[in-house]
Amino acid sequence: MIEVEKLSFTYPAGIEALKDISVTIPEGDFVAIMGENGAGKTTLIKHFNGILKPDTGRVYVDGIDTKKASVAELSRTIGLVFQNPDHQLFSETVEEEIAFGLKNFGFQEEEIPKRIDWALNLLNLMQYRKTSPFLLSGGERKRVALATVLAWNPKTLVIDEPTIGQDYRQKERLRHFFNELHDQGRTVIFVTHDVEFVADCNPRVLLMYKGQILSDGPAKQILTNHEVTSKASILLPQIAQLFHQLEDFGLPKEVITIQEAKGLIEDLLKRCDVP
Amino acid sequence: MKVFEGLQFRHVSSPIHRLDPRTKFIISCVIFAQAFLFTEFLYLILLFLAQLPLVILARIQRQWTRSLRGGLMLIFLIFFTNLIVGVVSNDFQLTSESLTYSTSMSLRFVVLMTSFSIFFLTTSPDDLGLALEQSHIPYEFCFAFTTAVRFVPVLAREAQTIMDAQKSRGLELEKGGFMKRIRNYIPILIPLIVSAIRRSLELAEAMETRAFGAKKQRTSLHALKIERRDIITLVLCFIILALTIYTRIYIPIPDVSIPIPPI
Repeated sequence: MIEVEKLSFTYPAGIEALKDISVTIPEGDFVAIMGENGAGKTTLIKHFNGILKPDTGRVYVDGIDTKKASVAELSRTIGLVFQNPDHQLFSETVEEEIAFGLKNFGFQEEEIPKRIDWALNLLNLMQYRKTSPFLLSGGERKRVALATVLAWNPKTLVIDEPTIGQDYRQKERLRHFFNELHDQGRTVIFVTHDVEFVADCNPRVLLMYKGQILSDGPAKQILTNHEVTSKASILLPQIAQLFHQLEDFGLPKEVITIQEAKGLIEDLLKRCDVP
Repeated sequence: MKVFEGLQFRHVSSPIHRLDPRTKFIISCVIFAQAFLFTEFLYLILLFLAQLPLVILARIQRQWTRSLRGGLMLIFLIFFTNLIVGVVSNDFQLTSESLTYSTSMSLRFVVLMTSFSIFFLTTSPDDLGLALEQSHIPYEFCFAFTTAVRFVPVLAREAQTIMDAQKSRGLELEKGGFMKRIRNYIPILIPLIVSAIRRSLELAEAMETRAFGAKKQRTSLHALKIERRDIITLVLCFIILALTIYTRIYIPIPDVSIPIPPI
């Protein structure tokens, strides 16, 4: 559980990145943090594992004040995956790359290979076990970065821009994977600009704007609200746009998933007696 | 990384900023020469004090103090190395001379750092490149130089992100013995170097697509011009240099030494 109380943060260069933010993310929540560039999304998640400490206000992780714990201690429960995998890959093989975090957190020698297997399998990277991470493609490197964090099985996973550089199939896989983690009771938080991806995942959405939380609620509610999304420079998902335009047919506006849209359109067609 | 912050240019309007980069380079050279001509404590402290008005005039006090704070480790290193050598070569006696000498040497370093700061904080990388170009240095070298200067802050920021990323994977930089601590930096240095190389290759490609080196003779939009203020400053600089050399050769500097504090 992450509790943020009246958090404000200003970078040394004088940029006020977060202004009086309060938000609670209970255990097992599934959250997408969205907003335009420079809204403070990455700054906010860097507070979750103590990389940044609040100027004013407090951040509690499972009741522990992040000001009083080291990044390494907090990272055991909050696994943070950075946006750019090149900022963390350094080992000779993918396998060693994953082992790095496990060794840091003091896992037993005999348990390490098992966890490496598990993480590689989960992200479909088994064939690259002995490959140098520098030889992989951008999307693969991103998955390796995710695997390195996943391996120590943190209770909460925080991922910055997971969909960048991933093709449609990988995005689908990522979505299933997030759902799976969420079903297992883990907290999954991700930062993204990818509206369609969020619409498919259907999580809780935190919409940020100029260092503040503009709105907070289920994706269905927020991603169909023209007013807040346009303020945050976000386009509505295509399904939502379509249903906004089909309003005259008596269809609801709060629709974002294809599944739901399909059901509603079928009902409408049946009512109109189209065979 | 703090040392680099002290060298990062910021646009401010001041008499020093307006000087031609070549003039400022000469000023720095004259200060360098003076710092190396003298080891006397009295002279170095005067030289240091003489730099302060320049720092204030250029309104770079904050960045300058920050860079000095960043260099504090080196200053101490210089002080204690000199002191230890002095003590050892004097039959393990702490003498007033060796104390004065070590202080002078640290002070010399501060003076050099200050003149560096004054130069880099008041000269934009573009002006610097232009100055090199107009001094008939091949453009490729000028470009390499200005690019290197320009990418220092980028690299510093990147190093910070990498440190954050590795800390998030449980790396504790301040843990363990001396060797362990050095080894702790491997996960930071490798991504930093790899991404620097990768970026340089990308930069080269980007430059080529924009026809870098298509024409041998380049013209620039802004040309540097030596103004009257530059000439006055340069004349002053040479007078000061001549006086310094004269002093060095003909006038003994009074010996001011620091007394050993009673222990």
